[in-house]
Amino acid sequence: MSTNESTETRRGKAPAGERVADWADGRLGIYSLAKSNMRKIFPDHWSFMLGEVCLYSFIIIILTGVYLTLFFHPSMNEVEYHGSYVPLQGQLMSEAFSSTLHISFEVRGGLLIRQIHHWAALIFLAGMFVHMMRVFFTGAFRKPREINWLFGFLLFVLGMFTGFTGYSLPDDLLSGTGVRFMEGAILSVPIVGTYLSFFLFGGEFPGGDFVARFYSIHILLLPGIMLGLVVGHLILVFYHKHTQFAGPGKTNNNVVGMPLLPVYMAKAGGFFFLVFGVIAVVAAIASINPIWALGPYRPDQVSTGAQPDWYMGFSEGLIRVMPGWEINLWGHTLVLGVFIPLVIFPLVLVSIAVYPFIESWVTGDKREHHILDRPRNAPTRTAFGVAWISWYFVLLVGGGNDLWATHFHLSINAITWFVRVGFFVVPVLVFIATKRICLGLQRRDREKVLHGRETGTIKRLPHGEFIEVHEPLSQDALHTLTAHEQYRPVEIGGTVDENGVERKVKGSEKLRAKLSESYYGAESQIPKPTVEEYKEITSGHGHH
Amino acid sequence: MSSQDIPEENLPAEQDHAHGAVTVADDTDPFADPGLPPHEHRVQDIDEQAAKRSERAVALLFTLSMLATVGFIASYVAIPHDQAVYVFPIGHINALNFALGLTLGVALFAIGAGAVHWARTLMSDVEVADERHPIEAAPEVKAKVMADFKQGAKESALGRRKLIRNTMFGALALFPLSGVMLLRDLGPLPGTKLRHTLWSKGKLLVNMNTNEPLRASDVAVGSLTFAKPEGLEEHDEDFQKEIAKAALMIVRIQPDNIKDKRELQWSHEGIVAYSKICTHVGCPISLYEQQTHHVLCPCHQSTFDLSDGARVIFGPAGHALPQLRIGVNDEGYLEALGDFEEPVGPAFWERG
Amino acid sequence: MKKLSARRRHPLAAVVVLLLALAATGGLYAAFAPASKAQADETSQSLAIDEGKKLYAVGCASCHGTGGQGTSDGPSLVGVGAAAVDFQVGTGRMPAQQPGAQIPSKKVIYSQAEIDQLAAYISSLGAGPAVPGKAQYGPEGADIAKGGELFRTNCAQCHNFTGKGGALTHGKFAPSLEGVSPKHIYEAMQTGPQNMPSFNDTTLTEQNKKDIIAYLNAVNGEETESPGGLELGGLGPVSEGLFAWIFGLGALIAVAVWVAARTAKAKKS
Repeated sequence: MSTNESTETRRGKAPAGERVADWADGRLGIYSLAKSNMRKIFPDHWSFMLGEVCLYSFIIIILTGVYLTLFFHPSMNEVEYHGSYVPLQGQLMSEAFSSTLHISFEVRGGLLIRQIHHWAALIFLAGMFVHMMRVFFTGAFRKPREINWLFGFLLFVLGMFTGFTGYSLPDDLLSGTGVRFMEGAILSVPIVGTYLSFFLFGGEFPGGDFVARFYSIHILLLPGIMLGLVVGHLILVFYHKHTQFAGPGKTNNNVVGMPLLPVYMAKAGGFFFLVFGVIAVVAAIASINPIWALGPYRPDQVSTGAQPDWYMGFSEGLIRVMPGWEINLWGHTLVLGVFIPLVIFPLVLVSIAVYPFIESWVTGDKREHHILDRPRNAPTRTAFGVAWISWYFVLLVGGGNDLWATHFHLSINAITWFVRVGFFVVPVLVFIATKRICLGLQRRDREKVLHGRETGTIKRLPHGEFIEVHEPLSQDALHTLTAHEQYRPVEIGGTVDENGVERKVKGSEKLRAKLSESYYGAESQIPKPTVEEYKEITSGHGHH
Repeated sequence: MSSQDIPEENLPAEQDHAHGAVTVADDTDPFADPGLPPHEHRVQDIDEQAAKRSERAVALLFTLSMLATVGFIASYVAIPHDQAVYVFPIGHINALNFALGLTLGVALFAIGAGAVHWARTLMSDVEVADERHPIEAAPEVKAKVMADFKQGAKESALGRRKLIRNTMFGALALFPLSGVMLLRDLGPLPGTKLRHTLWSKGKLLVNMNTNEPLRASDVAVGSLTFAKPEGLEEHDEDFQKEIAKAALMIVRIQPDNIKDKRELQWSHEGIVAYSKICTHVGCPISLYEQQTHHVLCPCHQSTFDLSDGARVIFGPAGHALPQLRIGVNDEGYLEALGDFEEPVGPAFWERG
Repeated sequence: MKKLSARRRHPLAAVVVLLLALAATGGLYAAFAPASKAQADETSQSLAIDEGKKLYAVGCASCHGTGGQGTSDGPSLVGVGAAAVDFQVGTGRMPAQQPGAQIPSKKVIYSQAEIDQLAAYISSLGAGPAVPGKAQYGPEGADIAKGGELFRTNCAQCHNFTGKGGALTHGKFAPSLEGVSPKHIYEAMQTGPQNMPSFNDTTLTEQNKKDIIAYLNAVNGEETESPGGLELGGLGPVSEGLFAWIFGLGALIAVAVWVAARTAKAKKS
């Protein structure tokens, strides 16, 4: 009886929206879900939106990709071209290539969608790269976010392969050359390589199967896994709550910002449209992958300037600069010249992915961290990250050595040698330089805290000396500049246990102590000013 | 040594008090957290005129988006799909692509810009602090879970009945093999397919450009020609697969300039035929420099010396390009004197 | 070391570092650049001489020998034909300023009449390919699509898909074919200038050459349409990647900065 009454009274009053929400709540429990999330706080910083760039370009790629599947024929059957692009009239090509031409020239807006899809893919991967670096340099990967770091890393790697299988689909001369390279790389795998290659291509290269197989990998398998990872990534972001930079009122136990409803809803939702809009304009003004100019794939044709999309460029660099080592023994060939780059390729990526676990082992820190580091305050980490980027960049240069040669009038052989040497030398130099820069910046922060900000005002003292007036910092600034944590190096514990028996110091212990010293020793960080130092200086009258 | 062994004092002190946001600045610690700064008003918060201006700006942006969408539809209908247009400074481009992209871009961007402008100027910008809670469960929660788990494990008797456990693991470990097995028919076994090409004794060398057999007299010193085996036509079903192995590069070098003895023997009066497929990863290598006799691969810059048995002189390729033994038949046409003596293309494990 | 550390914060330190970096970059560049460019050749010939042999004696003989027999500085010209002269001199490659990895094209210093005189003289030394006529390289009767296939088989490996040029070994390069006249392209195929192999009429027929020239005109001519928008040099994924990073991601970051920036506060009264 009472329920009846209440529904009746409600029916008279409650607005339609509320009634729908009630209906959903009765089935999905949305109110409890919304209770903790509707006014969830997100901190504002431009670098926190890099992940959103990736998310939105991913959505754009899915939307445009679905559209493209409506017209694309993933088939390698040979057809004669009779579409509207004159320079290919009557040429033999696969259906995949001719349907891509059809999308580009006859489907209205097809070219635009193709270009949005491809530009968004390049931006998606560039965005993930930058986002990952943001997380890296601010230490946002620390506990409790290590798993999310790995999710992100997997997304980047899967994104690379989704991109590769995607741009190989049109079966054009450029991407076909890339697939041929992939076949050569697979052939180099000892023992099973030849078999793998025959299974992947359904026989000898190029066969008639790889486009269809890449298609199902590109549109189903990889994006499916990625979608799952993206959802997991986002759930964890919500669950952990976002990190924030140090500042007044911002602590490790809170998160300061604007509520999801309405500010973040509007900003993040609006940002989706902004990202989509920018990419659409890029696709309107800049051509990408003009396959009609490249021509259909034939294994006996090639063009100079055969490069993969940028995210595969570092692997191209690896393969280009490797010396041609080959070992022939007992009737077998070990193609080191190809196989070594094939092994280094994942190692380049893994080296950055495992870094958080190495750092947490060195520090032994098991606490949660929600306040971000300024890169300068973690000099060893920052130096490692920049060195890694320089390494990656050196390989990118190697991957584009022919274009560097023609556009800067250099010798391609000289560039190759530069990359061969630079592969080992550049990261080391960059590591040293970055660390020193970080320490310099730390020193400057220390000066600023102790002596105040340089105002640029020059004052002449009564005895004729010129000085620059320094203005003491506000407490906000003082707090922000001194809020970072500083570890002390770990020492190897006593070599004698409690019973007076000498214990063996394990190698790992020594290694850790050494690493810890290089991370947090006197050479690797500038002690932040203490309250005592500050008071001593500010109370002294000689201060200006 | 586990990380727990690191003495506490080596970790930095916990920075913040439990509820940092309300910390009051104190004289004893000039570096202490002063707490959230007081909220300052924006112009729009205190000046209704300014707020109205913002509102109008947002509405204008949304209106612009609507107009752009109308423009998109109009362009779609009105502009022929193959119409070219010159746009400075981009060049001659497709008018429809340009119009659709711009209108779509503006329609989307204006929605986003409107929403963000609205959020930035008219929605509250009071910063709020949310508390965080440790992610780790409280000890009693953990204890409950462990107890539940033990209970469940005990009730399943998995630990006690080893036979069940072992056979279950065995079954679970084995069944994915069926899936692996099913992949077997993805392709045939390699066999010796990579060792043989279409070339055989007496096959004529057919010029790629003219589709006619090549005469020895056609090939001049310093020229570059590509050839395929007689009988292989572009329309053939296995053309791609066969040309991927059989493609030939033919150059003529003054016999005096050929340094490699075998190369000279296998040539016909200085006409040499090499596989066009790079021994590195299979790109069609053909950047021939006629003065140096070097041939460069455009993909990874392996460089071969065609006057010296096509040995590798730079780059990542591991061995020389295979040479095809050629001669001339009675009518003066170039012919193969057999298949390549070694596999062409990228090296592989069984190559030997 | 202490001293260095102290000076590092000197206001001029940044300038010093910048100068050092610039010097290092310049030095590296100089070290890697294959051939330095010499001063423009000032030996502007007396244009009064209008006879091929005289022209030859002044402009060419020092490298190619007085009778075109060749010297250590330049190859023999006996039998290269009028087409080779028309190409080499007509594109400004000859006379060369200096021997080097590759003689680049530059400003043409002979008039067409003088080039013809030179060509007549050289062909008198030994028979060789003649300068092609308009009927040979003109667009009439050409099959563009066949030309595309031929271009991808014979030319793209060095000159890129649409003739944008590419790198060869040790600083040599295949030049861009943009803006090169059809006649010169024809002559280049016929004669194989410098390190380019020749594509004689016996292996690449006249019709084939005509097709290739028509294809090039279609995909790399002045009026060639790039349907998708900016061509980005026609260089493929490298320039596309740079564009995506700089203009794509760059624009998005600029937008993100605006979205996240604090709105201006009212001025305190």
